[in-house]
Amino acid sequence: MSLDVLVCVKRVPAPGAKVPLTEDGRDIDTRHLGFTIGPHEECAVEEAVRLKERHGGSATVLAVGPPEVAEQVRYAIAMGADRGVVVDTGQDELDPQATAAAIVHALGELDARFDLIMFGNESADAGHYQVGVRVATELGWPIVGGIKGIEVTDGGVRLRREIADGSEVYQLSLPAAVAVKEGLNLPRYPSLPGRLKAKKAKLDTISWQPPPGGLRKIRLRQPEEKRADSVLLGHGPEAAPAVVDVLEELGVC
Amino acid sequence: MLLLVVQVDDHPAWLDAVQLARGLTDDVHAVLFDASRADELAKQGIKAAHVVEHDVLSDYAPEAYGEALAQLVGELQPSGVLAVGSEKGNEVMAHLAARMRAPFAANCTQISGTGRPWLITRIRGGGMLLEDAEMDAGCGVFTVQPGAGTGAETPSTVDQVDVRRFTPDLRDELARTRVIERTEREAGVSLATADVVVSGGRGVGSAEGYRVLEELAELLGGAVGCSRVATNNGWRPHSDQVGLTGTKVAPKLYIACGISGATQHWVGCMDAKAILAINTDPDAPMVTRSTYSVIGDLHEVLPAVIAEIRARNASAGTSG
Repeated sequence: MSLDVLVCVKRVPAPGAKVPLTEDGRDIDTRHLGFTIGPHEECAVEEAVRLKERHGGSATVLAVGPPEVAEQVRYAIAMGADRGVVVDTGQDELDPQATAAAIVHALGELDARFDLIMFGNESADAGHYQVGVRVATELGWPIVGGIKGIEVTDGGVRLRREIADGSEVYQLSLPAAVAVKEGLNLPRYPSLPGRLKAKKAKLDTISWQPPPGGLRKIRLRQPEEKRADSVLLGHGPEAAPAVVDVLEELGVC
Repeated sequence: MLLLVVQVDDHPAWLDAVQLARGLTDDVHAVLFDASRADELAKQGIKAAHVVEHDVLSDYAPEAYGEALAQLVGELQPSGVLAVGSEKGNEVMAHLAARMRAPFAANCTQISGTGRPWLITRIRGGGMLLEDAEMDAGCGVFTVQPGAGTGAETPSTVDQVDVRRFTPDLRDELARTRVIERTEREAGVSLATADVVVSGGRGVGSAEGYRVLEELAELLGGAVGCSRVATNNGWRPHSDQVGLTGTKVAPKLYIACGISGATQHWVGCMDAKAILAINTDPDAPMVTRSTYSVIGDLHEVLPAVIAEIRARNASAGTSG
C-alpha cells in the first residue's frame, strides 16, 4: 500500500549553551544563531522518506512562517522529501491557533491529498503541544501524540508510544495524523545529490495571513539559576577520594 | 469556578496544579475518570468531583477524553480548566481546546487575571526560557508545569467532597484513538526515577567507552544516561537520552561525564538536586553550572572513583 505523507516542520533557532534575548525581551536574538528543524520533526521527515522508500507514495514537507522557512523545507528535500510547501504568513512566530489555521488553509489550496500527516510532538522553541491536534480536529482525522514507532498495516498505521512504565499501542485507519518524538528513528544526513536536488527544487508558496489566536506573547525571560558556584573537587584521578566523600554525603554511596 | 483535571495519567504533579488553582479561587472542582481518587480531594480543598463515565473511556483515548471534557465544560461553564503539563495532560487539553476552538496555554508556572485577559507565565523549550503572555478566553485552558507549585499545602475547609457522576454523549467513533495494547516495562532501575544518573556525552568517545559509566552506575544502584551527541552517533539508544527531546530527570545526583552542557541537554538535568561534572574543559557550561566538578579525562577519573568506592566498601566489610 503506497502512502502520501505530509510532514509539518517549524523553523527554530539552534541555541547553544545560552539563549540570547533581544533588548526589549520580546524575542530570541537570532543574529548570531543558526536555524534548524526541531529534533522531533527531523525524525518525522526521516520517517516519511522511509515510508516512501518502503511502501511507495510520496513525502511532502510544509512549513509556516516568513519566506526564510524555505531553508528548512529545502533541508527536508535534501533528506529525501519529494515536494516542499512554504506557507508564507510574513510573520516570525504565530500563536498556535493561527499556525494550525494556516496549515488547514494550505491543505485546502494544495492540489494534493494525503493519507498521513506527521507533526513533531511539540516545537523545540515554543512547545505549545497543540498544533497537530488542532489541525486533525479541524479535518476530523484521528491523531495520537508521543509516537516512537510507526508500522504500516492493512489500511492503517500501528503506532507505539512509550510511557513511564512501559508502552502503548494504537491502531488508526487512514487518513490519520500522528505527532512523533525523537527516537522514532535516526535521521540521515542529506547526501550531496540530495543537497543539489534541494537547491534546485521549486517550492509551492501559499501566501496567507491567518487570523490571530487568543494567546499573545508579551516577553521572554531567562529563568533564574539557583545554583551557586561549582565546588572544584580536584584534577584528574587524584580527585577520586573527594568525589566519594561527596557521594557519601549525598547518601548515594 | 475552576475545573481541575486530576487524572489523565496519574502524574504526581497534580498537586502543583491544585496549588495554582487554589491561588486563583477557593471554588475548585475536580474531574476524575475513576471515582477511587475522590477521597484524596477534601484535604486539598476541592469541593466537588465530577466522575466521568462512559464505555468509550475504558482505556486512555485522547479524542474521547477531550470530547468528554468539552461536554462537561459546556454543562458546568467554569472560568477555566487546568491539568498537569505531562505528555498526556498536554495532549488531552489540546483536544479540549481544539474542540472549544479556544486558546490553550501549556506548561504554565503562574496564572493570574480573570480571563479578559488571563496573565500567564509559561516555560518554553523545556525550561530554557520563560514566556509572559496574555490569553483572551472566556474559559481558559491551561496545563501546569510540574514543579510550578512550592509543595506547601493550601489549608482546606472541605470536610466532604460532593461526588457527582457525569455521563458524556460519546460516539463509538471516538474509540478510534484508544489504546489497544499495553506492555509493562521490565523491572530494573529506570532513568526517569533513578537516584543517581551517570551520564556521558561527546567526551566518552565511543560506545565501548560507556562500560566504565555502566560500572559506576551499577555500583551506585543508578542508571546510565547520555547526551544527544551519543544518541546521534549510535553509541547509546535514544531511551538513554537526557534532555529536551529525551527524558527529563531529577535525581539526587547527576554525574555528567564529558558533557559540554548545551541548553537542549541542560533542561533535561537541571532539576537534579546536585550535579557533578567531570570534564577536561573547566569553561564548559556544564562545569560552570554544576554543584561539584572534577577537571580531567573521565576515562581516568571514573576508574579511580570506582576503585575508591570498592576500597572503602571492602574496608567497611572487613572492619565489621
